[in-house]
Amino acid sequence: MSVNVKFFASMRETLGQSELQIDIDTNQTVAGIWSRVAKDLPMPDNTVCAVNHTQATPETLVSDGDEVAFFPPVTGG
Amino acid sequence: MTVQICKGAFDPWQSIQTHQRDNLTDGQYGATATFVGTMRDFNEGDDVCAMTLEHYPGMTESQLEEIIAESKAQWPLQDALIVHRVGEMHPGEPIVLVACWSAHRAAAFDACRFLMEALKSRAPFWKKETLHDNSHRWVEKNTDGYSSH
Repeated sequence: MSVNVKFFASMRETLGQSELQIDIDTNQTVAGIWSRVAKDLPMPDNTVCAVNHTQATPETLVSDGDEVAFFPPVTGG
Repeated sequence: MTVQICKGAFDPWQSIQTHQRDNLTDGQYGATATFVGTMRDFNEGDDVCAMTLEHYPGMTESQLEEIIAESKAQWPLQDALIVHRVGEMHPGEPIVLVACWSAHRAAAFDACRFLMEALKSRAPFWKKETLHDNSHRWVEKNTDGYSSH
């Protein structure tokens, strides 16, 4: 199965990419996706994760076709 | 209940007038509470000359719609409007508008504050500042809206 992964703001700059599609095994978590795409870089403690536009946790399981996003704390308004 | 993401400058007072004319009925509301956030030319002790606001298309809108739904469940609102700017902007330009309409002032005041604080803590927007020496830095956290400053 495959998922679409997005990064925003300082996280996009740190990882040097904004979006990519990856093929993964079943029963993967958000943390597992991070490890695949960020390689040796540990997930910063304040990272916010989202699956299909809903806030998630590193333990959230992902499904085929999901959109998984990683970003720093929000600063709008 | 309306959410708008603006890629260019907007006039919050015009937005309020237009929304009120097109979506509300005269005589049905007795209170309108509004909050307008405007870009400062200083932050963290430094002069700031420009700012770029990034968002997460799709999730930003759905988060804003969700917090409006939460406010509707908590207060008897006639209507609510959120407008948020994205892209590059300069000091003095409006960043965000929150407006609430209700029969009485308590609901409008309280819902407006709730929406603004929920937006600041939950809606995916990020600010990147440009300083006078042309260096850039990401804003790492928002101030506490309930502090005395």
